[in-house]
Amino acid sequence: MNYSYYPGCTLKTKAKELDRYARSSAEKLGLHLEELEDWQCCGAVYPQAEDEIATKLSAVRALAQAKEKGGKLVTLCSACHHVIKRVNLDMQNNEYIRTRVNNYIAPDAPYAGETQVLHYLELLRDELGFEQLKKSVVNPLKGRKIAAYYGCMLLRPAEEMGMDDPENPKILEDFLRALGAEPVLYPYRNECCGGYIALEDKGQARQNVDKILHSASLAGAEAVITACPLCLYNLAQNAGKERLPVLYFTELLAEALGVKEEA
Amino acid sequence: MLHENERDLRETILRISAVDVRKCMKCGKCSGSCPAYEQMEYHPHQFVAMVDNGDIQALLDSDASFKCLTCYACTERCPRDVRPARLVEAVRLLKIRKQGQNHLKPDAIPAKLEAELPQQAIVAALRKYSK
Amino acid sequence: MQRIGVFVCWCGSNIAGPVDVERVAEAMKSVPGVVHSTTYQYMCSEVGQSRIMEAIKEHQLTGVVVCSCSPRMHENTFRKTAQRAGLNPYMVEIANIREQCSWIHKDKEVGTQKAIVLAKAAVAKVMLNTPLQAGTSPVIKRALVIGGGIAGIQTALDIADAGYEVDIVEKSPTIGGRMAQLDKTFPTLDCSACILTPKMVDAAQNEKIDIISYAQVEKVSGFVGNFTVTIRKKARFVDELKCTGCGACMEKCPSKKGKNEFNMGLNNRTAIYIPFAQAIPNVAVIDPEQCLKLKTGKCGLCERVCSAGAINYKQEDEVFERQYGAIVAATGFKPIDLDAFDEYGYSQSKDVVTSLEFERIMNAAGPTGGQLVRPSDGKHPHEIVFIQCVGSRDTSGCGKPYCSKICCMYTAKHAMLVRDKYPDVNVHVFYIDVRTPGKNFDEFYRRAVEQYGVDYIKGMVGKVFPEGDKLIVQGSDLINGKQLALQADMVVLAAAIEPDPSARKLATMLTASMDTNDFFTEAHPKLRPVESPTAGVFLSGVCQGPKDIPETVAQAGAAASKVIGLLAKDHLVTNPCVAQSNELLCNGCSQCERVCPYGAISYVEKEIRGPGVREVRRVAQVNPAVCQGCGACTVTCPSGAMDLQGFSNLQIMAEVDAICK
Repeated sequence: MNYSYYPGCTLKTKAKELDRYARSSAEKLGLHLEELEDWQCCGAVYPQAEDEIATKLSAVRALAQAKEKGGKLVTLCSACHHVIKRVNLDMQNNEYIRTRVNNYIAPDAPYAGETQVLHYLELLRDELGFEQLKKSVVNPLKGRKIAAYYGCMLLRPAEEMGMDDPENPKILEDFLRALGAEPVLYPYRNECCGGYIALEDKGQARQNVDKILHSASLAGAEAVITACPLCLYNLAQNAGKERLPVLYFTELLAEALGVKEEA
Repeated sequence: MLHENERDLRETILRISAVDVRKCMKCGKCSGSCPAYEQMEYHPHQFVAMVDNGDIQALLDSDASFKCLTCYACTERCPRDVRPARLVEAVRLLKIRKQGQNHLKPDAIPAKLEAELPQQAIVAALRKYSK
Repeated sequence: MQRIGVFVCWCGSNIAGPVDVERVAEAMKSVPGVVHSTTYQYMCSEVGQSRIMEAIKEHQLTGVVVCSCSPRMHENTFRKTAQRAGLNPYMVEIANIREQCSWIHKDKEVGTQKAIVLAKAAVAKVMLNTPLQAGTSPVIKRALVIGGGIAGIQTALDIADAGYEVDIVEKSPTIGGRMAQLDKTFPTLDCSACILTPKMVDAAQNEKIDIISYAQVEKVSGFVGNFTVTIRKKARFVDELKCTGCGACMEKCPSKKGKNEFNMGLNNRTAIYIPFAQAIPNVAVIDPEQCLKLKTGKCGLCERVCSAGAINYKQEDEVFERQYGAIVAATGFKPIDLDAFDEYGYSQSKDVVTSLEFERIMNAAGPTGGQLVRPSDGKHPHEIVFIQCVGSRDTSGCGKPYCSKICCMYTAKHAMLVRDKYPDVNVHVFYIDVRTPGKNFDEFYRRAVEQYGVDYIKGMVGKVFPEGDKLIVQGSDLINGKQLALQADMVVLAAAIEPDPSARKLATMLTASMDTNDFFTEAHPKLRPVESPTAGVFLSGVCQGPKDIPETVAQAGAAASKVIGLLAKDHLVTNPCVAQSNELLCNGCSQCERVCPYGAISYVEKEIRGPGVREVRRVAQVNPAVCQGCGACTVTCPSGAMDLQGFSNLQIMAEVDAICK
């Protein structure tokens, strides 16, 4: 199966590993990711206002291109996924936005949210299947106690994101189990780390980071995984006294699949 | 009775946020969920009540809307589907859409750059804090 | 030659405000056949009715059209009026110019025009009306109560008290329902079991009452006064007549991992069990999903220890039919599942419990013997947080849009009981509003605050999460303008209540209507609150809407009195507006028989004689006592043989023509 792939800006710069490990792992798993041509930055923040049209255009351009190429678009960065998924829903359900966006970009055929947006984790869970993933693992991560950090953007608002139970998610834990690792449950895994505020108010971000890492280490975690470059930066760089290694989930994936070195 | 100005501001907020503030039953679950509660001068439930009352100027004068983390905990847990985060964003937009009112000016960014800061953080900040 | 009188009602200003009633009356005067047309303020009043009667006599009217409110409201009134004046009651037609005109049109001109059109349609119809005679059908003097909680028990006791036979069908192995699970009852704090079990015993000992436990209704046919109900009594694998309830089987049963339903799954029970000590019938039952003998064929210990020889592994479900004159739905409620409310940590911590679980923990016969301890580690708690409105008043799609009504009071009760028995325990209650309308209710709540020092916090909880062996409760304190993070040892969730899931299937069988929340609908929300719109079906308890015990008992009595009123009659007058088959036209295709929801149509071989016809044919026959006049057969019949008296195809077409003209 071929999938269109939207990496996003940060994955081309500060979060190259997130992207690299995802690609090599996908290849090993027989999932063909084809990077969209000339994609543009999604904007990193979903524009909630009804009258924000221009800020939704880059997401729609990516979605419309994916529609032409088979209709399934895979994202990886939490923020990109959040923005593209929600803009897609706007194109499906909000006539005001749909009309204006189509007037603006004038595609060959009007775009109305036909593309299916899949996060890389959903690709593993729903298209490949965690059982299948488990079979492909060559270096099971035995005994590794890993805390999954979801943050906000993958889960909320659940009505729109539709990935998992927003208060008690399990997709990352199931992912970890498939890799042979031991997921560590802790209550702050879906609390906001304050990444967006890091530039504005470092103190506020630090407070949130401390709570999250404290909660994770209390639960016995030796490392934290995330899908979000902003969360990774924040959890790693703005931590106070409590510190834990923070990794992209794709790094563990590549390790378990035995493709980390070649990546 | 609200002044014309207040009424206009209220209408604008309601229009661009597409929030029906009257659905709120004042339970406070949004503010009970908010991870930025201590930093926000006005809390999520107050955004809802103050918009309903037309008390928009106070929200515009406060920096509360810049302290919101946009984590959607309030929206997720609201039992009445009010979506307070949209109101916070509408207030923020109302501020920065005025000429010269950008909260984050491009010249201020170089000083904030760190080696590890992802591009995403800058893009996001520009989108949230300036027009 | 028909002589029609038209009577336009003002309904005070209800109709006369937005509709020009004089113009309607005036317009009707020129309609062919109309010989008299007038208006009056309140046509349903005694004066209004006598005006109609006088007009019938004075103008020798053959038909009457009343332009007023919905026929559901006053059609019967005006039929009786006509009858008193010597006119056949079925020569009356109603034009609904209130609900269909004055209440929905703001523009007086539009409303008036529509009223005139509707009145003309009614005249066109009444011109084709024929006098009809109502028949009668006998009433079976026995009632069925579905559900054996306090609502069903009280209804049955009251019906039996009036001397009628009544059966209770209860789906679980014992009657008693939710009330049997409660510890104390508000606002008097008397012990729930102490006031309920005597009633359960009364029901069991009453010779007019037959308790059919561990059973469910499978099929309902017939109509008011004459229902036929199929009941399936599930196999208990224990002979009810032989079992003495000694409990020896439970002591020996090796399969001990069944979820104890009575204790809300807080502890386990054996595969053979009696739900609780005062169960009625006090007879054991085997859970076939759990019993080793039934699943693997190996065991049989209970059979060996049963001195009464009551165990019967070969017992099968018993299916039988019974006849009833009236049916009462008393199917009760359950707390909602909390899957959509994981922010409160119910699935993540054993020390987060629902209020019904808390009842069991506080109950002396419960899993902890009435000791207040944490389910996780059995330790005594020092801080308890109660959260109200969990899933109630929720329009987000996760919960229920309504107020569950009982939670404010039982939470105050729990808080007070804890403080009374364990003064060292601090109790906090997060609330949105405290709703205590009811006799001595607000006083009760205030006592919890003022006398027992319960800490009421105006605000809602955002999240509950475990930290170490504590639970952190993060929520709003709106009065003090704070976000709190309380450390608690236990959290109790006042989960919304919803109708028992069995109600939906039952409603379909009874053709009784439900609202969007699956509560049964009343025939009239104010004036007929215990009757379903389906004749002969009555409502008792929470299946109709959230209510507490005193209200449930009151409603149960009201439902019983309606049942008694029905059973006291020997015959019921039947509706003559039933289907009729024209045997000359009938082609014997059976389509009407298939669509009839009441089983009123059968086929017979009959000799048909008509112009140029003389043969034996298979033709449809309608049982007028069973037909409800729904009209499904008339629109299905391909040959036009089926017609509905009072609503004939000709009449309907005449109405349509009058409207389209």
